[in-house]
Amino acid sequence: MSGHESSYTPNTGFEKWLDKRLPIIRFANDTAITFPTPKNLNYWYTFGGILAICLVVQILTGVILAMHYEPNVNGAFASVERIMRDVPFGWLLRYIHSNGASMFFFAVYIHMFRGLYYGSYKAPREILWILGCVIFLLMIATAFLGYMLPWGQMSYHGANVITSLFGAIPLIGESLQTWILGGPSIGNQTLQRFFSLHYLLPFMIAAVVILHIWALHVPGNNNPTGVEVQDVEKDTVPFHPYYTIKDGFAIVLYLILFAAFVFYAPNALGHADQAIEANPLVTPAHIVPEWYMLPFYAILRAITFDLGPIPAKLLGVIFMFAAIAILFVLPWLDTSKVKSMRYRPVARQFFFGFVVVCLLLGWCGAKAPDAAVIPALQGEKVLVVSYTENGQEATSEYKGGGEAYLDAKRFMESLPEDANPSLAAVAAPTFQFAQLSLILTICYFGFFFMLFFIGLSEKPKELPESIHKSVLKRHKASTATAVPAE
Amino acid sequence: MKAFRILAAGLAGLSLAAMAHAEGGAAAHPHEPEGGWPFDGITGQFDMPSLQRGYQVYREVCSSCHSMKLMSYRNLGEPGGPFYDPDYPNPNDNPFVKALAADVEIQSPTPNEVGDYDFRPAMPADQFRSPYANVNAARAANNGAAPPDLSVIVKARHGGASYVYSLLSGYPHEDAISTREVTPAAVTTPASDNGTPDDPSDDVAEVSTPAEMQTIIDMSKVDIAGHEAAEGEHGDAGLLIQPAGQYYNPYMAGDTTPQYIGDPRRSPPGGFLAMGPQLTPGRVTFADGTEATTEQMAHDVAQFLAWASEPKQITRKSLGLPVMIYLGILSVLLWFSYKRIWRKVEH
Repeated sequence: MSGHESSYTPNTGFEKWLDKRLPIIRFANDTAITFPTPKNLNYWYTFGGILAICLVVQILTGVILAMHYEPNVNGAFASVERIMRDVPFGWLLRYIHSNGASMFFFAVYIHMFRGLYYGSYKAPREILWILGCVIFLLMIATAFLGYMLPWGQMSYHGANVITSLFGAIPLIGESLQTWILGGPSIGNQTLQRFFSLHYLLPFMIAAVVILHIWALHVPGNNNPTGVEVQDVEKDTVPFHPYYTIKDGFAIVLYLILFAAFVFYAPNALGHADQAIEANPLVTPAHIVPEWYMLPFYAILRAITFDLGPIPAKLLGVIFMFAAIAILFVLPWLDTSKVKSMRYRPVARQFFFGFVVVCLLLGWCGAKAPDAAVIPALQGEKVLVVSYTENGQEATSEYKGGGEAYLDAKRFMESLPEDANPSLAAVAAPTFQFAQLSLILTICYFGFFFMLFFIGLSEKPKELPESIHKSVLKRHKASTATAVPAE
Repeated sequence: MKAFRILAAGLAGLSLAAMAHAEGGAAAHPHEPEGGWPFDGITGQFDMPSLQRGYQVYREVCSSCHSMKLMSYRNLGEPGGPFYDPDYPNPNDNPFVKALAADVEIQSPTPNEVGDYDFRPAMPADQFRSPYANVNAARAANNGAAPPDLSVIVKARHGGASYVYSLLSGYPHEDAISTREVTPAAVTTPASDNGTPDDPSDDVAEVSTPAEMQTIIDMSKVDIAGHEAAEGEHGDAGLLIQPAGQYYNPYMAGDTTPQYIGDPRRSPPGGFLAMGPQLTPGRVTFADGTEATTEQMAHDVAQFLAWASEPKQITRKSLGLPVMIYLGILSVLLWFSYKRIWRKVEH
């Protein structure tokens, strides 16, 4: 609603003087004070404000941490611990910054799911949505670069895995990877450039956030009904004080959750291997990214087969990037004219399914690909005796309890001396996380294609005439149901 | 209600992600000492006499192999540290800390006026002395496995202090350990020379090797908390062969299957490490008269290492309470302001 009439009147002489030269107070007044906002926004709409706070918190703590951090492979790990031990309140700054990343992503995921549910990506808000996707992409890059800086085991080996993805690109991959790393492998030069970029990207995020808010203020907020504002008087309230207080309340609730992590469980979301200094010669047993990357990590690992000339690794990379890229074209994938899923009975069910798929993908990303999804359903391991018979490799299998072991043992003793038998326990075949990941990956992309077809065939519920009417109707309905209970 | 459903799912995802990190090798699950840790929970505090004993165990036992490069002697006398004295807010003045530091001779990190690095008693500002000049020296002196730095070991291991405690007190009892003499040709180590069955030099070389001593552990005599002991039935020998220079511990991450004589499906949890059992009863003599049992020493040193890994954790938790109260009151005030501002607007 940038078209709304400015209600600012300069009072003092200075304000009048300034208003003719740089109407910055008028601008602030029109965007943050009197901006007409739909009166029916629920708490899911407070996450935009929460995210703004997250960005400010990350930049402020980050700038101070950078004063004490040493971007050098010999000193990075110790300097982070020095911040925790010797810098006054350094432990607080660092824990706010490291947990702040998790809080930032948690909020951004809710913000994105909210936009998806209420159709906030549809005309005339496509650019708003795409700018949001750009912010999300920059956030991922920033978080990845920042995770390198403590120079722990997961920093090093995680960065190794992710940068090697670029190496999977045909023809230019290897050169690209070397260019990104600044050399043939991760070294001091990599750490220094990651630090430099980690400091740069948040300010780029801040710049895109400004564009994001600009793009928001042209068509104005979407709202839970998806019906556009028709009568500014009846449908909207000024942003201040109505939404400053509502956002403020939600922000403080979010800060309570934030503080609970910072003060009482600061390492709960981290990995123990991050407290071991990076050692290129020792690879951790399970390399896992931070929790907020796990769904994408699961998609990356879900592809284990070659497709024609495309090797599995490249295909995984393609799918992982496609999982984010598809969000950019979402406004044109969804064919329904109805914005809010409140009035889309079929799409709504698919939406909740999609949320579950994303959570399950996160679960898959955290587990070893060959682990059993439901260990209780996995049968007992099979004993396999491998031996050589007349120069040929041969195996013999034994199933069952303790007797199977005795049988296997007896069989091994009965073999001739040159058979050279060995005994091993082989896990029974079962439903593995790799397979679940593949199914979920198909579901993830399937959701977006389904949106295309559902939009063509779905019969939406009746939309309210206006925001104002929908609010009145809801109140009537709630009083009507309350009466018989009394 | 719909909103709560999604929020609940989101929180479930967050907790899932947190739980995910608990996944590790097939080692036994670390357990707390009896009575738990005093520093656990939001009002937890370190037990100072235990921290002091823990430092003694580190100083007299662990420090001969393990460095703690992120610690300085002054840390011992800082607020929250084991030897903090309110009379000496600057730990560098604390006479007890000075004495503890002076107890150790270090090579000065700065050159003297003629450019040599003197040996001198440590001062509170000095780092804990490292037992080895560098990691290569540490590796060479310890059978190829450099002892890890212990500065942040409790943060660096799943299970934290309980892991350190369980590992140090969890070696099999010596009743279960015996030695036997074997000639290598009779050893049934699987898959040792699989690839070349026709290579005659293999067998010849093995037969001519002299007999050697082998350390074996009878798993039926090893009691692991929360794990069924291997039964002797079904002729299941349940013997574990310790590789030379390695020691079995059920809490160490690893795989015991290749070393296990018995049903490979029931190979014991844990793995092998280069550190043998160190905290034999009476290894140190505590000044406060506490009996130095293995469990007591493991408990004290694990608590000391928990403090060293995060010396500010008590400050952190105690600051948490006023922050929570402040945010709680603020949220209540904002809630009522919100209700009041919106009272005339239907929404």
